[in-house]
Amino acid sequence: MNFIIIQDIVFIGLLIGISIPLGIYIYKVMMGQRVFLSFLLSPVEKFIYRLMGIREDDEMTPKKYAVSVLLFAAVGFVFLFGILMLQNLLPFNPQHLKGISWDLAFNTAMSFVTNTNWQAYSGETTLSYLSQSVGLTVQNFLSAAAGIAILFVLIRGFVSRKQTAIGNFWKDITRITLYILIPLALILGIALVSQGVVQSLNPYKEAVTLQNGVTQTIPLGPAASQIAIKQLGTNGGGFFGANSAYPFENPNPLSNLLQLLSILLIPAALCVAFGKAVKDSRQGRTIYLVMLILFAVSLVALTLCEKYTGGVFRGVISSGNMEGKEIIHGIGTSSLWGTATTAASNGSVNAMHDSFTPLGGMILMFLMQVGEVIFGGVGSGLYGMLAFVILTVFIAGLMVGRTPEYLGKKIGPFDMKMVCLVVLIPPLLILFGTSVAVMIPQVGAWLTNTGAHGFSEILYAFTSMGNNNGSAFGGFAANTVFTNITGGTIMLVARFVPMIAVIFLAGNLSKKKIVAVSEGTLSTTNTLFTGLLIGIILLIGALTFLPSLALGPIADYFTILK
Amino acid sequence: MNEKELNQNIFRDAIKQSFIKLSPRVQIKNPVMLVVYLGALFTSALYLLAFAGIKDENAGYTLSIALILWFTVLFANFAEAIAEGRGRAQADSLRNSRKDTKARKLKSATNFEEYSEVLSNTLKRGDIVYVKAGEQIPMDGEVIDGAATVDESAITGESAPVIRESGGDRSAVTGGTSLVSDWLVIVVTAEAGESFLDKMIAMVEGASRKKTPNEIALQMLLVTLTIIFLVVTATLLPFSSFASKQAGLGSAISITNVIALLVCLAPTTIGALLSSIGIAGMSRLNQANVLAMSGRAIEAAGDVDILLLDKTGTITLGNRQASEFIPLRGVREEDLADAAQLSSIADETAEGRSIVILAKERFGIRGRNLSMLDATFIEFTAKTRMSGINYQEFEVRKGAADAVKAYVLEKGGEYPEECSEIVKRIAENGGTPLVVSKNNTVMGVIYLKDIVKNGVKERFEDLRKMGIKTIMITGDNPMTAAAIAAEAGVDDFLAEATPEAKLALIRDYQAKGHLVAMTGDGTNDAPALAQADVAVAMNTGTQAAKEAGNMVDLDSSPTKLIDVVRIGKQLLMTRGALTTFSVANDVAKYFAIIPVLFFGIYPQLGTLNFLGLTSSTSAILSAIIYNALIIIALIPLSLRGVKYREMPAGKLLKKNMTIYGLGGLIAPFIAIKLIDLILTVSGIAR
Repeated sequence: MNFIIIQDIVFIGLLIGISIPLGIYIYKVMMGQRVFLSFLLSPVEKFIYRLMGIREDDEMTPKKYAVSVLLFAAVGFVFLFGILMLQNLLPFNPQHLKGISWDLAFNTAMSFVTNTNWQAYSGETTLSYLSQSVGLTVQNFLSAAAGIAILFVLIRGFVSRKQTAIGNFWKDITRITLYILIPLALILGIALVSQGVVQSLNPYKEAVTLQNGVTQTIPLGPAASQIAIKQLGTNGGGFFGANSAYPFENPNPLSNLLQLLSILLIPAALCVAFGKAVKDSRQGRTIYLVMLILFAVSLVALTLCEKYTGGVFRGVISSGNMEGKEIIHGIGTSSLWGTATTAASNGSVNAMHDSFTPLGGMILMFLMQVGEVIFGGVGSGLYGMLAFVILTVFIAGLMVGRTPEYLGKKIGPFDMKMVCLVVLIPPLLILFGTSVAVMIPQVGAWLTNTGAHGFSEILYAFTSMGNNNGSAFGGFAANTVFTNITGGTIMLVARFVPMIAVIFLAGNLSKKKIVAVSEGTLSTTNTLFTGLLIGIILLIGALTFLPSLALGPIADYFTILK
Repeated sequence: MNEKELNQNIFRDAIKQSFIKLSPRVQIKNPVMLVVYLGALFTSALYLLAFAGIKDENAGYTLSIALILWFTVLFANFAEAIAEGRGRAQADSLRNSRKDTKARKLKSATNFEEYSEVLSNTLKRGDIVYVKAGEQIPMDGEVIDGAATVDESAITGESAPVIRESGGDRSAVTGGTSLVSDWLVIVVTAEAGESFLDKMIAMVEGASRKKTPNEIALQMLLVTLTIIFLVVTATLLPFSSFASKQAGLGSAISITNVIALLVCLAPTTIGALLSSIGIAGMSRLNQANVLAMSGRAIEAAGDVDILLLDKTGTITLGNRQASEFIPLRGVREEDLADAAQLSSIADETAEGRSIVILAKERFGIRGRNLSMLDATFIEFTAKTRMSGINYQEFEVRKGAADAVKAYVLEKGGEYPEECSEIVKRIAENGGTPLVVSKNNTVMGVIYLKDIVKNGVKERFEDLRKMGIKTIMITGDNPMTAAAIAAEAGVDDFLAEATPEAKLALIRDYQAKGHLVAMTGDGTNDAPALAQADVAVAMNTGTQAAKEAGNMVDLDSSPTKLIDVVRIGKQLLMTRGALTTFSVANDVAKYFAIIPVLFFGIYPQLGTLNFLGLTSSTSAILSAIIYNALIIIALIPLSLRGVKYREMPAGKLLKKNMTIYGLGGLIAPFIAIKLIDLILTVSGIAR
């Protein structure tokens, strides 16, 4: 246990230590300032603009920005959908894998375009190298970049006074990809290769095992390059079916640590960048702190659940719940990873969530259900969190006898409408999806468990898709036409409705003047506000999901207890 | 009608209105309560269907749920009706005060003989009417000739008549008020239906009440929560059905319970009280004799962080008073006082009188027989800037230092350096020096002092704690202004203020992101009033000023601005406090209900029933009874507004969060347990 505590503290320390300089770097990049990579990347950037015919100082209106975002995603979707369906006709398919079914292609394309990376397939048996690298990896970069771009649109909304333009999408996405994602992915990719993560275009190897000469197929592929961005971009889609529990994807403790750090790195750094960008580091620090507190509390709770609430079999008290966990990771790192991957909307796993204790599984589910705002997806986590901040400011602000304001911007009816959309959409989709699924007569056949745990399996699946997380509880047969289509649609709506709402929120905010700060202004950086924000996040999550959690993990826990 | 009778009337009327407001047309305006309304209809229908053999729940249980829901709706209606009641009563009395009178419409403004008698409601803008003592002014207008005392008690409630005269800042008259003396010639400025009285009736009655932006935004949040709960409760049907199949125990929860749960969880407390909070805020403002032209203006008042206050009347008592006689060397103080008293004895201004009073207090100098002295008085004129008296061979003068200096020098006298120094010292201390001379010698200086009102300093200190800056506006020179500003403790001042300077000051602050409030009365205040975020026009002011402002102060009291800010803040705080309370309640209701709700499916969940509620039936009944009763219980708070004290935002939030957040978490646990006990003991629920 002591080891686990030290490990967790070191992890959080490393995260804070790296995220601060990275945050400052991101801030500089997004403000168009020169950074140490500029000499190298600036010509490339200029070349890209010329190639695409973009005038980089062309500012867009919210409407134009939103259309660009949607168009960009639509093109990405069609391209990916095509590759997946036609992979048998395309090169880099040494295993001669077939083109995948239309519904799975729809689901997978939607999943990667929306930064969800829900996987209803196993990579090594389904996808060619081309599908993985040119198809999925490209979207891993671009969907992440889009999330960060929207965050900075919102930041511009807070910062600018009486303006109608909110930035240029093409410029934003180019700079984010070029200056932030590619360099980081390159470093991480090489580091992972050095630890033994495979990176190869060769066909799978046939090996004769020691076990009576049985042959075994060892899958290979360009994995490291994809895994780097899978973690950095909070995508989470594994190259192999077993994700980061698989040795070729995550071979040792160091690769595990590197991947863990990169899950939370950019979302954490964005808090720092936010503080810099709004010219008040305390604002960024408060949000960072709220995320850290919620993260730490969940981590402790999850670790304790896994350590102490494991099942008792035939009177033997186990030393913790090791079912579904890798020996090299143990309870500590598996809990840490589980917390990180669900807090951030990453979704990669190094242990099987279905096998976590009922209450442990509930924590994982709840971390997603609060809206993926505890670090959350790159960009999307922070803009989701800012929606909660505005919600908190709205309720608390009234109680100090002023109409609510945040960062000097008065919160009006339109802003509230957009914030409500951001907060409202994911829970509605989760509840809607789950209730449709449980009404399907053959749903029982898709589950590996019955009873309350069976319900948890369905709830988890839709929670994961409805919040663009992508992690799998397991135990729920996801590759059905129903789940592929419903899930794909849910991921689409869950990603883009809030995103568009945020763009218009930013547009409306940027038109407003900035109200001066006085003693009568509600502080959004003190302890009280930090507590309130945490309270509101937990409250909305609990109010929405308590009944379904009662029928799932909570009932599961009490049933096992008996 | 006395207060008690009035309250009884309002109460009776509100009960009647609660039923009238059951009309779907009214209900549709409040989305949260609409859900309760539909829930009540639905459960009533379920009860009736039970007779047809379609059974959802025990019919008696469904009926009790339906009844409680109907009461919840009625309670919400009652809250709104009682808030409107006072306004409606006030509007009735206003309406009674206005009679359709005959008006003398003149053909020309100069000839009072040639007129035609027309009904007041047919008067058009620009018509000229003649009104005599004892008559009612037929319509809003501007006095173009004459001066008269007017009884404006119908609108202000103030029985002392006021003077209205042509020209200057007291030329506006309001239709429905009546002349006590003399006559007026008035040019009509408003037509029937748009007069001040009409607007006032509409405002106090709440007929023209539109939802304010903040109210709309809050409603958005409430609707969002309601939608979430709607989906949460609706999905419980398939969830519980699936769970019961999986567990092989119990059954899906009933539609009655789903509806009851939805009503429990929806933010009905704030939903029911939201409009009454707004109306009550407006009503409180009316009781302070301030008429807001829109609800938006009251909210803006809560946001104001700069108050522009006129020095005279707000910060200082209306007039300067003599506080000291400062003789020059070689002059006895008593002689100076004597000369000063003589020069002021016929001076009817407040300053002149204060000199006489000071002379009497200090040296017992009394009035004397002036005819014996063979005296002539020299009145103050703007040109000479002196007043005085000539008697026997003496010429006594008092006035502004430079005026007296010029006068003395012209007479061949000397103006000593000592006098200049005294004058300078007084000015530096915020006083006004009046130099007194007898013939060609300067005798000394009278120290006229601005008396800062009692308690203003503390009040400004309180305002500062809340982040509100006060700025004193005065026509005084900068030196005097600075001294008074320091004494009164204002944050800043604008000296030698002109309307242009005021306007520029407001614009400047607004550009820096501040919200500015001011009062004004004159026509030249109109641009500044129009620019300010909250502009309170004096009722005694001109029509232009009233139209430029977004509030009218019927008492014409310059300190009213501070009350307006307080009422605005209180309104917003009440709204926030009740929202917090309502949402906090939900958490408690959840923890009370959920464990017993699924008891049938997973008996193990009974462990979580730490309140020890008897059954799901009793738990749900208790929760929705609590839900209905809390609305009634909070009506007084919504009408009165939450307690308000000047303190910084942080402290205020902490205090309100403790009372309404924490209180909102705890109260339902206790109340639901109590109601559950009562239901169980009385055998209503098992």
